[in-house]
Amino acid sequence: MASYKLIGKDFTAPDLVGKVTGKAKYAEDFRPAGMLFAKLLQSPMPHANVRKIDTRAALALKGVVAVLTADDVPKIDPPQEPMLTNEPLYAGEPILAVAAVDETTAAEAIERIKIDLQPLPFVVDPLETLRPGGPDPRLDGNVANRGLKLQTIKWTARDFAGVNQGKLPMGKPAEEWQYGDLDAGFKQAEFVLEEAFVTQAMSHHCMEPRTAMAYWQNGKLYLHASSQSVSFVVPYAAKLLGIDPAQLVFISENTGGGFGAKGTGYPQWGIPALLAKKTGRPVMMRVTRDEEYAFGRARPGYQGWVKIGFRKDGRITALDLYIIHSNGPYEGFPDFRNSALAASIVYQPMAMRWRGTSVLTNTPPRSPQRGPGDNQIAAALEPFIDKAARKLGIDRVAIRRINAPTNDGKIGPKQGPITSSYLPEALDKGAARFNWAKKQALSGQRKGSKAIGIGVGTAYHSAGRTGFDGLVVIKPDGKLYIHSGAGNLGTFSYAATSRTAAEVLGMPWERCEVVAGDTGKNVPWNSPQVGSNTSFTLTRTNYVAAMDAKKKLQEIASRALNGAPDDYDVGNGRVFLKSNPSEGLSFADAAARAIKLGGKYSGQELPKDLNPITARAAAALAGQGLVGVAKDTLPIKGLPAAFCAAFVQVEVDLETGHVEITECLEVADCGTVIHPKNLGNQLAGGAVQGFGFALTEKHVFDTKLGLAATKALGTAKPPTYLDVPLHMQWDAVNQPDRYNPVGVKGIGEPPMGAAAAAVLCAISDALGGINFNRVPVTCDMILNAAEKKPQSFKPFEVNV
Amino acid sequence: MDTVDQVPNSELSVTRRSFIKGIIASGVTVSSVGYLFRGGEAAQVAGLPGAVERLVTLTVNGQKRPVDVIKQETLAMTLRYKLGLTGTKIGCDRAECGNCTVLIDDVPRYSCSVLTHTVRNAKITTIEGLAGASGKLHPVQKAFVDEHAPQCGFCTPGQIMSTVALLKTNPKPTRAQAAEALSGNLCRCGAYDYYLNAVMRAAEVS
Repeated sequence: MASYKLIGKDFTAPDLVGKVTGKAKYAEDFRPAGMLFAKLLQSPMPHANVRKIDTRAALALKGVVAVLTADDVPKIDPPQEPMLTNEPLYAGEPILAVAAVDETTAAEAIERIKIDLQPLPFVVDPLETLRPGGPDPRLDGNVANRGLKLQTIKWTARDFAGVNQGKLPMGKPAEEWQYGDLDAGFKQAEFVLEEAFVTQAMSHHCMEPRTAMAYWQNGKLYLHASSQSVSFVVPYAAKLLGIDPAQLVFISENTGGGFGAKGTGYPQWGIPALLAKKTGRPVMMRVTRDEEYAFGRARPGYQGWVKIGFRKDGRITALDLYIIHSNGPYEGFPDFRNSALAASIVYQPMAMRWRGTSVLTNTPPRSPQRGPGDNQIAAALEPFIDKAARKLGIDRVAIRRINAPTNDGKIGPKQGPITSSYLPEALDKGAARFNWAKKQALSGQRKGSKAIGIGVGTAYHSAGRTGFDGLVVIKPDGKLYIHSGAGNLGTFSYAATSRTAAEVLGMPWERCEVVAGDTGKNVPWNSPQVGSNTSFTLTRTNYVAAMDAKKKLQEIASRALNGAPDDYDVGNGRVFLKSNPSEGLSFADAAARAIKLGGKYSGQELPKDLNPITARAAAALAGQGLVGVAKDTLPIKGLPAAFCAAFVQVEVDLETGHVEITECLEVADCGTVIHPKNLGNQLAGGAVQGFGFALTEKHVFDTKLGLAATKALGTAKPPTYLDVPLHMQWDAVNQPDRYNPVGVKGIGEPPMGAAAAAVLCAISDALGGINFNRVPVTCDMILNAAEKKPQSFKPFEVNV
Repeated sequence: MDTVDQVPNSELSVTRRSFIKGIIASGVTVSSVGYLFRGGEAAQVAGLPGAVERLVTLTVNGQKRPVDVIKQETLAMTLRYKLGLTGTKIGCDRAECGNCTVLIDDVPRYSCSVLTHTVRNAKITTIEGLAGASGKLHPVQKAFVDEHAPQCGFCTPGQIMSTVALLKTNPKPTRAQAAEALSGNLCRCGAYDYYLNAVMRAAEVS
């Protein structure tokens, strides 16, 4: 498809009017008759053993309908997170739930429950549990992650010898990999730096707390949830509740932000679902902001160490990375692994080693958060790249450019290929537009009490998946119905990717309808709305489904009229003879004929390689029109990779420590731009989250009690209008990816890491090259640095 | 102040409290029972504490709306659970995020922190009250669509209400004044730049 009618053009997403009129429905906006409300009894302690629960007084209260405890819910395999627990592993973890006629009564019942809790040792700093004889975060281990067995690891006193002097303990890692000759790499380096660093955990603070409402009807569970994904979470939610996926109707038309925290499902969905089963009535579990800070997920922080060798021209010869990742008490997410992959692709080190351990702590459960690992490592390492540039006398954009991957870039221990990279072009485009060369003169300049700094940052995230299904229906009303199993967390990519089907079929957008947000509407098996993958993945699925529909249209036309299928083309709602466009069928006519023909044309016969969820959806639509359905088996070689380069200017007030970001430009390598206006919003929004990550957001825990102090928006400090530049700028390289039918790659995540890195680098620039080796860089740290005073935290201290 | 933190606890509510008293010495509480909904069926269950409702008449979006409320009920809850106006979103229920912003006598207020009975004689406008009867979008709503300003949309009704209030008092704000006026409305998606574009467009056309 050379020139596009829809791809790359702005449009108004179908759900936008609902969002400005208040008609858009989120999980808490549904009111089935007889609905009960649930409240939770949460652990007041970071680690405890529930010895006894007495619910009699609660159940005796008028209006209380049911109590659900950990003994009533399906068992899970540790280290997976349970729905309810008898061994709470963080303060605020749900122990039991009550359903009552209203919330006040449910809360009252919670207060009447007598519970005997035995306090257990707890840990909030991962280093503490690795010490010999250190406390364990759970009875059955202190190390685990996805694909990393729950186990106990203790290091020796010798490993901790230099910890108070800033030397990271690096005992036996849980995982490691290496490629190339590390020693040879360091030997040929002109400059070798060795640095320790800390990135701190932070919450997601989605504006919509993870409220859920559930009811059962005719043996089916209807679950209204706050979810980034729709069809992808069906198997998870069904397994959580021990039901067949076909028994679940999952509804999430709108989700009030996710950022990774609501990506692939979470066990708390099960609480209203099981209470609804127990009571035979709908149950709404409104999740409060306070509860959201407990089980609403968080980004892992980590303590790390890196050694990097640079050639005279800035090329990285060797990179040695060690990460101790704070994972919360459960399976969490492998940010520690992702960090290494990101470093390997962004800097293309000639040799690299990674070692890491995912340590469990009695802090909120971790999940991916926008650029999980990729963005922490950008924030951690980019200031060191600047340090090397200064040492070697190289421009800071140039040193990134010389290391940046091209289409031949490689990733990870196996040095596998990527589908494309235009990071060098993004740096060039950004430097030109930002006036980087001219702005060099501003570095460190004073403006009253303020020092000016400029910075550049780069970040990466994988940007696509394959193997999912597409499903479209052309109905006798002449409309194209594009079924999408994607979620809707605010990226509008469910809509932008659906336009691929319209593009392939030459269908005017006004005559298309996107069917999404509810598995009851028969949506196909689609990727989760995570990991910057939707744009790449679902343009492919919509492409293959539309191509299938196109082929069927051509066949129907050739049967009905004359000639061979290939003699026909499609466009403007018609399938027509190429040689004589006036001869053809309308899509409405073709759809009616497809219904008559039956078989594959109307969805009565389906391809064998479809996921069961797609097959069920297509079977339910069979006979309603011409059904285009296919699995994405398009060719691909390499990992889809997206990049972003950010350029910022800051003013650092040396009297208050306040950092004002006065300018920010993001340049994306996201392949072909498919929806320009919305891309700009994504890039700017990612940058805003990067500002919070760089400057204000972190978990703070009372280390004596294991309780969080950052359980409010006011203390956890996500950025406001007044924390961002008045004008955000953005651009894109707009070079097509080689393995996507319309050339697009996802881009949700890298803008955050790039912006955070650029801000940190700009602060260092303003302060004459001082690096803090810690994220976020808060006002007090800047003041201490400006006044040459020691910082208020110990080396590697976290949660402070 | 119109804060609602006095939901009465029952006389038996000390059981768990007393048990954990020793643990929670820092003043950090683990419970959030201050922000609760009582309504619907509960009103019919005699003897539930705090269930006494009084009929009040509110003026919402130009209509008189008689509604039974309890004394500690917040306007956000009345709007969402009794009047079916779910466009007003509750993001924090404690005056931090601004998602629940409505206009009370044209002044933007956090409806999570306004007691319903205190606004009986006021003019209340919610997001549902902006568009015309025919569904024609209010100029501010249209500007938000034209600029493709929202992302997840959860904070959008609040952003729009604050914008409507701003433009009533300052029809031609500077971008900086708009940022200041909307700074009580958080957006975690970080769509601030696009929202400001929308505010400036709305100011231009209205």
